[in-house]
Amino acid sequence: MTILEVPLHAIAHGRAGDKGNRSNISVVAYRPEAWDFVVDQVTADRVLDVFRHKGATACRRYELPNLGALNFVIDDALEGGVNGSLSIDGHGKTLSFLLLGEITVRVPTECLPDGSPYL
Amino acid sequence: MKRVYIGCGAGFSGDRFDAAGPVVDTLAASDGPRYLIYEVLAERTLAIAQRLRRNDPEAGYSPYLDHYIEPILGQAKASGVRIVSNMGAANPLGAARRVLALAADAGLTDLRVAVVTGDNLLAVHSVETIRDLPTIEGIGLADREIVAANAYLGARPIADALALGVDVVLVGRTTDAALVLGPLIHEFGWAADDWDRLAQGTMAGHLLECGGQVTGAYFADPGFKDVPDLAEVGFPIAEVSETGDIVITKAAHTGGLVSRATVIEQALYEIHDPANYLTPDVILDLSDISVEEIAPDRVRVTGAKGAPPPLTLKATISIDGGWLGEGEITYAGPNALARAELAASVIRRRCQILGIQEPVRVDIFGTGAVHDNDIGSKQSQGKFPVNGEYRVRAAVRSSAKKSAQQVSDEVLSLYCSGPAAGGGVRQYVTEHVSTASVLIDRDDVLPHVRAREVFT
Repeated sequence: MTILEVPLHAIAHGRAGDKGNRSNISVVAYRPEAWDFVVDQVTADRVLDVFRHKGATACRRYELPNLGALNFVIDDALEGGVNGSLSIDGHGKTLSFLLLGEITVRVPTECLPDGSPYL
Repeated sequence: MKRVYIGCGAGFSGDRFDAAGPVVDTLAASDGPRYLIYEVLAERTLAIAQRLRRNDPEAGYSPYLDHYIEPILGQAKASGVRIVSNMGAANPLGAARRVLALAADAGLTDLRVAVVTGDNLLAVHSVETIRDLPTIEGIGLADREIVAANAYLGARPIADALALGVDVVLVGRTTDAALVLGPLIHEFGWAADDWDRLAQGTMAGHLLECGGQVTGAYFADPGFKDVPDLAEVGFPIAEVSETGDIVITKAAHTGGLVSRATVIEQALYEIHDPANYLTPDVILDLSDISVEEIAPDRVRVTGAKGAPPPLTLKATISIDGGWLGEGEITYAGPNALARAELAASVIRRRCQILGIQEPVRVDIFGTGAVHDNDIGSKQSQGKFPVNGEYRVRAAVRSSAKKSAQQVSDEVLSLYCSGPAAGGGVRQYVTEHVSTASVLIDRDDVLPHVRAREVFT
């Protein structure tokens, strides 16, 4: 079995939403084979670390095994959100791809979709 | 088994004006009751509408109403497609009158329109009472002028309005999902405690409410998530049965796609605890739903569970949010990064000299700025190409328009007084609205809610 170290983007997709200064970001595994690795490696602590530079204070993780998805809720991740942020993206709509890019995972090649540019 | 067909024509204020056409065409060919919803009322959109209404009592409904309604009204009426929308914003009555006027212009003299009112807390509660409501999200309300205060109504008043037999229902603030759940309650007569079906109906509404976000739009990631013909993405249609089974599909002969992945991304959009999504109608638990592809562009969603809703409603309070001042300028070619960094430091120094008190953020786009923080931690640590194309942006928030304008103008001044060859300045000085979410007892809101037909 070949193990690759790849960005989370190689094995999962997601979308960010905002409520006030709180962001929620889904992480959805492309393949069922990746689910156990995502659950093991993409922890709430690691996700919180990705957003600490923006002031994030807490992160909760919800598991949805039927959907092969995790949902992260990150408090204070939006530098004030649309009420107060000076970022050009006050909603944090681009943050799903910060998460998918910053977190790396070690997974067997079977976890990547066929024809993935990461292969 | 009876199926109800509900399409979505817009997922936010400013969504494509021509997306509803193919949806209406597809609904017209369906074999059951058919509805078209437009969700165009964000929290800030409502506050802006409230301001417009203060200046003009006939205004305050969606400024895009004509753009959305006029192109499809005739065909919708002829095909029995009933329209449900929150285009009423701060003035559902004014919106209804406008739709009746559009209908008259089109020779549709028998078109009937109803409104739901009662979401506007300022109409029945004192400002003091509203200020004292417990805040669950957003900023404090102390001493700030309240621009708008609206409770999120549920689906029942929409069902009541449809029971009047009208062609169009216009509401102000309801939950987005209520635009879909309302027609389902009307058609199937789901009881107020039929929690699992109400949960499925809410799920359908949540999947539809952002328009193309469930049909491949806001999803495409070339090479990873490819979407056919995104420029003509088809907007979604939900087919819902009496038992609450949902099939998500899309308008015929359009681009985009409906897949397990597109549905899952939208299912979790703006959800916190997936087992506890609070609405006025039901607490939705979507943590155990099943999402399966049953045919091309057809995805079945089942298994949402429901529980009794809270005794309180969420309300959005909008207050004056001051001014945002922004300016942008581009540097390109050899040594562009150094020139951009010099421009950024000139802006910071100039703001000091001018005595700007508020924090000023200076981004350099091209260095990951949108993912960075106010002080540019990542940019200062990163290694970026010396040559290339960088765009510098300064931003400030202030209660005073003057400070916002001053910071923006400092970027403009770089044309002659900054580093070499800065170009493409754009300036934005915009007035903002801030919001807080509060909780209010249902009993303080619901007695004031009415559904009624509007005749003139």
